[in-house]
Amino acid sequence: MSISREDIGKVAVLARIRVDEEQVSALEKDLGNILDLVDQLGAADTDSVEPMAHPLNAVQKLRSDEVTETNERERFQAIAPATENGLYLVPRVIE
Amino acid sequence: MQWDIVIGLEIHVQLATKTKIFSGSSTAYGAEPNTQANAVDLAMPGTLPVPNEQAFRYAVMFGLAVNAEIERRSVFERKNYFYPDLPKGYQTTQLERPIVGPGYVDIDLSNGESKRVRIHHAHLEEDAGKSLHEDFHGMTGVDLNRAGTPLIEVVTEPDMTNADEAVAFAKKLHSIVTSLGICDGDMSQGSMRFDVNISLKPKGEDELGTRTETKNLNSFRFMEQAIAHEVERQMDILEDGGSIVQETRLYNGDRDESRSMRTKEEANDYRYFPCPDLLPVEIDDSFIDEARNSLPELPDARKARFMEQYGLNDYDANLLASDSKLAAFFEAAAERGKDAKLASNWVQGEFSARLNAEEKSVAESPISGEQLGDLVVRIADNTISSAGAKKVFEALWTGENDNVDAIIDSQGLKQVSDTGALEAMVDEVLADMPDQVAQYQNEEDPKKRKKMLGGFMGPLMKASKGQGNPKLFNEILVKKLGG
Repeated sequence: MSISREDIGKVAVLARIRVDEEQVSALEKDLGNILDLVDQLGAADTDSVEPMAHPLNAVQKLRSDEVTETNERERFQAIAPATENGLYLVPRVIE
Repeated sequence: MQWDIVIGLEIHVQLATKTKIFSGSSTAYGAEPNTQANAVDLAMPGTLPVPNEQAFRYAVMFGLAVNAEIERRSVFERKNYFYPDLPKGYQTTQLERPIVGPGYVDIDLSNGESKRVRIHHAHLEEDAGKSLHEDFHGMTGVDLNRAGTPLIEVVTEPDMTNADEAVAFAKKLHSIVTSLGICDGDMSQGSMRFDVNISLKPKGEDELGTRTETKNLNSFRFMEQAIAHEVERQMDILEDGGSIVQETRLYNGDRDESRSMRTKEEANDYRYFPCPDLLPVEIDDSFIDEARNSLPELPDARKARFMEQYGLNDYDANLLASDSKLAAFFEAAAERGKDAKLASNWVQGEFSARLNAEEKSVAESPISGEQLGDLVVRIADNTISSAGAKKVFEALWTGENDNVDAIIDSQGLKQVSDTGALEAMVDEVLADMPDQVAQYQNEEDPKKRKKMLGGFMGPLMKASKGQGNPKLFNEILVKKLGG
């Protein structure tokens, strides 16, 4: 297998997704297949190919530095689960 | 055992653009929470970022100012991690193709020597919001006004060997970005934040030791303290035969202590990848030339000019030239005051002391360089004494009156420099103090004589209602008392 059960656990933590023990075997197989496919791609000789930053062959348009946005806090906070004094409230985080 | 200290810095510089790096929201400091956080900043579904041209211009100006290569084609990547003040779940930043390549900055050391510190690269990225951990019923409050504010992160090579060099570099960088006008430099508001990488190795050894990173230092003093603290901590561990753990640490300047934030084992795996929402940004030669032509005078050039044009010494020129706002203030005072040395003394003395005492920046000063210049004129032409000048300064500062001559008139600070009038006052005072005069004339020790001379000054100043020119009084006294 191209991915270990341990790696799956680590990725799940990083992605904040809860994965049960019984799901791990299925994921081991599915993710393994995907990684095998990527390994196949890796076999292609790309030495002379410039790495692609974006699938579109175009460059980014830039914006002039002018304020175009207005205060819409009321609207955004209307759909927030919890707010107070203009702040969004989230479960307590301590670093 | 003797140790070599190895220090590298990462500096976050908030760019002074009007709007955010990927949206048209204002970046003005101090707004009500979340009133400057729009759909893009909040990562609402369906929004797309559009980069701010000014952020690129500022980054290019910075690159040119530190002698760096400018990357013609730069790419944004996503740095993925979860934190409530980062609504997208990733920071848009640059990794493989940063806009500013390798460069260098020369710093002046206290021993008079100069040292070159290499810059590894500088990249554009967005700032995160702010989490407020005060008690909101056991929850955390999030203000996203800062989310999306453009930053350049400057990464140095590990070229510094002690806290003095690191602080000298940090101050130089502060001076460069504020002179360029690309950052307001207000560290108390987080406009510049320093991360310090420190490792120790046995003296003379080539191989680097394990490093730690102390994050988010927001004053030069804390940076100096944090380095001293971390060097001592590592030295204690190594000398006890222990080994350093590669980790991120937080320094508490108020308590002079640090603690581990996360170790490498539990370090985030950021899973960088090119941001599919943003195309590569291409910058052409004309954009770079325009930025080059818009470069203002930089601190090194300004210092040299101050020495040449105003005849200032190295120390004064360096101090005044390093802060662009202070430099402009000084120049206004010197031009108007026609006496650069006197203007320099007042800017570095009374003016700076007052700013410090009230924790104000030059921009917040209630008096202008021109006003100080007017004051300098009246000191230089002996209209007022230095004691009188302090009173005028006080009145200017408190806003009692904004005109120097009007203050001198209304407070009656004009010195009497009419020698005839002063001589008459001296005669009168000496006639009233025959014992002291005799004592003075019998004294042989010139030092004691000089001291006794001061005894006449009080009555003289009283007789002249504080308006006699002390220098002239002194000369007349010495003459009348026979040397």
